[in-house]
Amino acid sequence: MVTTLIRRIIQAGFVILAMTVIVFLGVNVIGNPVDILINPDLNQAERLRVIESLGLDRPLWQQYLSFLHGLTEGNFGNSFVYSKPALDVILERLPATLELALCAMVIAIVVGLPLGLYAGLYPNRVSSRVIMTGSILGFSLPTFWVGLMLILLFAVQLGWLPSNGRGETAMLFGVRWSFLTWDGLSHLLLPALNLALFKTSLILRLTRAGVQEVIMQDYVKFARAKGLRESRIILVHILKNLMIPVVTIIGLEFGSLIAFSVVTESIFGWPGMGKLIIDSINLLDRPVIVAYLMMMVVLFVSLNFIIDVCYTLLDPRVRLDGKG
Amino acid sequence: MESKIATEAESPTAQTGRSSIGRRIWPALRHFFSSPAALVGCIGLVVVLFTAIFAPWIAPQNPYDLLQLDIMDSRLPPGSESFSGVPYLLGTDGQGRDILSGIMYGLRTSLIVGIASAFAAALIGTTLGLMAAYLGARTENFMMRLVDLQLSFPTILMALMVLAILGNGVTNVVLAIIVAEWATYARTARGTALVEREKEYIDAARCLRIPGRRVLLRHLLPNCLAPIIVIATMQVARAIGLEATLSFLGLGASVTQPSLGMLISNGYQYLLSGLYWISFYPGIALLITIVSINLVGDRLRDVLNPRNAR
Repeated sequence: MVTTLIRRIIQAGFVILAMTVIVFLGVNVIGNPVDILINPDLNQAERLRVIESLGLDRPLWQQYLSFLHGLTEGNFGNSFVYSKPALDVILERLPATLELALCAMVIAIVVGLPLGLYAGLYPNRVSSRVIMTGSILGFSLPTFWVGLMLILLFAVQLGWLPSNGRGETAMLFGVRWSFLTWDGLSHLLLPALNLALFKTSLILRLTRAGVQEVIMQDYVKFARAKGLRESRIILVHILKNLMIPVVTIIGLEFGSLIAFSVVTESIFGWPGMGKLIIDSINLLDRPVIVAYLMMMVVLFVSLNFIIDVCYTLLDPRVRLDGKG
Repeated sequence: MESKIATEAESPTAQTGRSSIGRRIWPALRHFFSSPAALVGCIGLVVVLFTAIFAPWIAPQNPYDLLQLDIMDSRLPPGSESFSGVPYLLGTDGQGRDILSGIMYGLRTSLIVGIASAFAAALIGTTLGLMAAYLGARTENFMMRLVDLQLSFPTILMALMVLAILGNGVTNVVLAIIVAEWATYARTARGTALVEREKEYIDAARCLRIPGRRVLLRHLLPNCLAPIIVIATMQVARAIGLEATLSFLGLGASVTQPSLGMLISNGYQYLLSGLYWISFYPGIALLITIVSINLVGDRLRDVLNPRNAR
């Protein structure tokens, strides 16, 4: 167990290292930020001075080594656009994205789980069919278009909710949050709904499939035969056994919510990391791009690692030998 | 289950199998269309394909021929008439382009990008997956690690990574989609091939000393195709959606050949002033396309061996 764990950690380290090379090389070999960021009116001497101050004149491997060195200290270099450390620029935006992703996840669970449970328990009712068809729509509707339609309906036509920005924020633990004020909440609702759409369908379908599997098990039949109340069977026998796959998916999907917030943030002008990365790609702000991508790589590698470990702890049948 | 046994029995003698496939085709089609959803999906798909292929002949206007545009006609609501009396069924955009024609031409770009990238990803992924399963040992281990790694990242992140590195543009979007999706095929192909590999007909082929490449292509591949076709259908829909998303974010298609995503994005700025049709109708077209493909794919999954497809 310990050796496999260590092996997994080393593997994860290699993956991250390999990604640093790919990301750094890719971003630095293609696209020339000098042309974009330096005022073309500057004379040659001034140009060289700026290039030097940005560290763009050194050979690539030197830039990479200093990048790696900086990485260990959490220093990705200064953003070309904001003239601040890239990591700081991203971390400033992190709470907004986390808040959005968390809200979306809560909505997805609160809506998806009960509906999935219902559709699984009573698969032949018309309402269940409606729910399942709805979930197909949830998968098929392009997220960004739904976002636009939400704006059209609730912001433009009805005028109930704002469509842009975070609104008023309040401080908690030294970070600004929108969900603590009414104004912030009203700004949060539409983007969170938009982001939650896909995950709701996913959780709904997963729950339904799980219910249909669990409901056939002997222990559920036995509980029925014992004459237990239906509510107890659903809550204890069915729901509890459903939770392992559902919790796994929630864990896994949280990372993808953060990644997909790119789209939602761009639509709703939500000042999070996702909007930042799109702006940075368009401006070729390399340090920010690299820092964002590396953060995502580390995030996903560690998420997967944690899930792997949880599996072995929860279910001894799963082994970490890579065959499972 | 029945069809699976039949395939298994036929495989070693692929030639004699043909006629029995012919005999099965009508019942199979009837079976396929017994689901109303599949019928709706197929009709939708035919309409979409027809529109995309024949766009230059059936579109009321060539929206990218500047001579045909009239700035006086810009931002007209659906159903209004042009300056010269031609009706704009779905309205016009800020440059006076007919939205309906824009959608027809946009569908072409979307479909070409979606199908091309899904096909390329299928080719690459399936080849790698089959090779992994057939060669086994080290190749398999390495390849599957790569697949695991790839699948642990959301598609949009992989696509963003590729676009951040390569820059914007249609070709790069296609590449991004391939990079984001090949792993799904590889995993499916390997999973199926692992099961098929153990079957007698492969042993038989090997005993007959048929060369490995031939076993792989003529015996293993045809019997792994069903789940791959199902995945490919769904992935075309996903690729179209992904392309639209990337174009919407301003990372994709060029202005001269806008895809549906780009059309929707163009309408974004007008949305807040209530000019809904510029974004709304291209979105509907995108939705019809994706839903139709998904419905057909869903049915294919049910019809072709429900056990293998996942």
